[in-house]
Amino acid sequence: MFDNLSARLEGVATKLKRKGRLSAADIEAALREIRAALLEADVNLEVVRRFTDNIREAAIGSTVSRALTPAQHIIKLVDSELRSTLGGDSFRLTFASTPPTVIMLVGLQGSGKTTAAGKLALWLRRQGRHPMLVGADLARPAAVEQLRILAETAQVDFFSESSDPVSVAREGIARARSLGRDVVIIDTAGRLAVDSELMEEMRRIEAAAKPSYTFLVIDAMIGQDALATAGAFSEAVGLSGTILTKLDGDARGGAALSVVAVTGKKIAFSSIGEKLEDFDAFHPDRMANRILGMGDVLSLIEKAERQMDKHVAEKGAQKLAQGKFDLEDFLEQMQQVKRMGPLKGIMSMLPGVPRELRDVDIDERELARTEAIISSMTREERRNPAIIDPSRRQRIAAGSGSTSMAVSNLLKQFKEMQKMMRQMGVGPPSATKRSASSRSAKKKGKRR
Amino acid sequence: MHSAQIILLVVVVALVAGGITLVGTRSRRRGAQPKPSAPLSGTRPAAPPGEEVSAKPTQGGLISGPEPSPEELDLQAEEKLVPELPATIQEGLRQARRPFTAALQGLFKRNAIEESFWGDVEDSLILSDVGLDQATRIVEAAKERVRRERITDPVAALEAIRAAMLEALSHADRSLLVEGDRPVVWLFVGVNGVGKTTTIGKVAHQMSGEGRSVMLAAADTFRAAAADQLGLWAERARAEIVRGAPGGDPAAVLFDAISSARARGTDIVLGDTAGRLQNKLNLIEELKKIYRTVEKAQGNLGEVLLVLDATVGQNGLAQAKVFSEAVGVTGVVLTKLDGSAKGGIAFAIEETFKIPVKMVGVGERIGDLIPFDPKAYVESLTALD
Repeated sequence: MFDNLSARLEGVATKLKRKGRLSAADIEAALREIRAALLEADVNLEVVRRFTDNIREAAIGSTVSRALTPAQHIIKLVDSELRSTLGGDSFRLTFASTPPTVIMLVGLQGSGKTTAAGKLALWLRRQGRHPMLVGADLARPAAVEQLRILAETAQVDFFSESSDPVSVAREGIARARSLGRDVVIIDTAGRLAVDSELMEEMRRIEAAAKPSYTFLVIDAMIGQDALATAGAFSEAVGLSGTILTKLDGDARGGAALSVVAVTGKKIAFSSIGEKLEDFDAFHPDRMANRILGMGDVLSLIEKAERQMDKHVAEKGAQKLAQGKFDLEDFLEQMQQVKRMGPLKGIMSMLPGVPRELRDVDIDERELARTEAIISSMTREERRNPAIIDPSRRQRIAAGSGSTSMAVSNLLKQFKEMQKMMRQMGVGPPSATKRSASSRSAKKKGKRR
Repeated sequence: MHSAQIILLVVVVALVAGGITLVGTRSRRRGAQPKPSAPLSGTRPAAPPGEEVSAKPTQGGLISGPEPSPEELDLQAEEKLVPELPATIQEGLRQARRPFTAALQGLFKRNAIEESFWGDVEDSLILSDVGLDQATRIVEAAKERVRRERITDPVAALEAIRAAMLEALSHADRSLLVEGDRPVVWLFVGVNGVGKTTTIGKVAHQMSGEGRSVMLAAADTFRAAAADQLGLWAERARAEIVRGAPGGDPAAVLFDAISSARARGTDIVLGDTAGRLQNKLNLIEELKKIYRTVEKAQGNLGEVLLVLDATVGQNGLAQAKVFSEAVGVTGVVLTKLDGSAKGGIAFAIEETFKIPVKMVGVGERIGDLIPFDPKAYVESLTALD
């Protein structure tokens, strides 16, 4: 269902000439695939049109370099166009010289404003700020209560009262000032862009609060309507940027492109998980890969960094590099990988994972079975599987509740993997070389 | 999934993680030192009057930058003015609000039904989130009919388009199961923020208005104050509610609600569940457990309704796939259709997974949750003004 752009282009590319200039027909064929891929990623049609026009312009007359296939050449054009649309640098938040810096969150119902407010507060507190959350969503039942609980969890101050949103905002800022809080985050009610009354109310809150920043909170799963919604909010209030939520889902998030196109403002933050700390500055470059369906190796790395034991991971990589990776190390790594959550999620972030592997239904229990088999081996057996004879195999099978066939299968496959690693010539991980190889890993993803 | 794949994956991850940690440490060293965490709120003294609190950026890493001068801040305020939009985007905006208007008005201006008209219709469908595949399918069907019946009249062509859209929505049974052994249980599932709790509130209100006794199960124990939100709805709808402790076991809440409904002879139990993204396997497992609870508590499972936000794009398909595989979804509730979003993903969901849209939310009022009427829906999608 989710063909990535590279796979799509490979299909066309077989018809494309190997080198030299691309013909107009080649380019049009590729553009059709790009259009389909972007639409599938929920980029707005108008934005897609403008985007493909730009690619056409760049592609006509461009020469395919010797190093690239025509498909790779086009992907490179698409990639750089995506990056230039999304903006290269991350958003920079600056603080008012006379505190408090007022931040207002606006958006549709269910886009995740309240949760984003809580997450932003925690994020700011961890930057050494002293934010106060102000609950001005008096429309949704229990929204204020939700924000109060989030404030408690984030250990920041909270203010709301049952009056009207405009006075709540005004009072909240006054309260923050008197308490010496340096940032005020105002959570507002969700509203439809077509509801002129509520849009007017939002303008009144803006006029009263005079926010330094007004962020549009938008759901990464939103479709074509992203353009209309972002456009309407952008017309109504002065937007400073966007917070993209629910990016931990599997939506490709093409809306990011639509929103940036229509508001002319960057995506400032993104929300990447259910926990309060799953919130960070937005990385435009990673989004480009994601929209193209090319994996998100950087996020995987960050996840690994957060959840894996660094020492164990480094040791594993080193042993792999030296060709000394044995079952003992494998067991260790597997336990690490398990901590990162379901395999399927990890796999979806890896670039260039073959389709067969990505679409396969992963039975997480298989992981447990594999672990059980290896755990049933003695340390000696793990280091030197050659000593595993039929009687040892039987013992391992009995100990792990599997069959001796399964044990020998596992051993065989592990051996093959070792061979493969040797053939690939995995180099020793050094800081510089590693960053280069992570880049080449990304490229490898594109080539798929 | 074979062990070979697991081995490969584990090794790849090990490789990536092991190597990259080095980069990670490096960039951290390079970045600003993280500040010690702030004191708990309330302990920080107010800034003494007259002292300008510096806007020194204290954050580490990515967003840090030079201290802004006041001028820079002013500049930012100016930047906040509504940006000048490229003309194509402005046009796109107009179109997005009323996707079909342009295409159809074009039709009435033309003398003949040209190829470019079909392109416009396809675009309108795409802008309604119907998706490229479904849009192509619908256009082909309409085109075929126009050719077969030698249609030249624009009004008849419009009818052919509507017929093709209706055809795509004509295979479903949209009835809702409310009768039968008591208590009948309805479960509401979906991703975060689609309006599950609000939908349940409205359903509860309507059902109790029809004279049924209703029990709400606040099995969203994850989102802060979700149970409070449902509690307010219970009050309005004069329904009973069973709630659990925050972070408690949602299946236990549902079990209690069903058992207690059985003991009291309550007609219907409406189960709220926590929003979950469909790619979170452990949460989907949890949902399966909630689902099995209905049987365990001897409830009569009437409906499992997937609540979808009308703004959702092509990801709606992934949601329908995973949720229906996990808990046997019997129908879709399409919420927030009163906005500018068209909810066209419904076409693809009905076609691909044979899950019918059963209700739609068209407003904030309790009565604004109504049965889905394909004809009215298609007409509102293709309305001329």
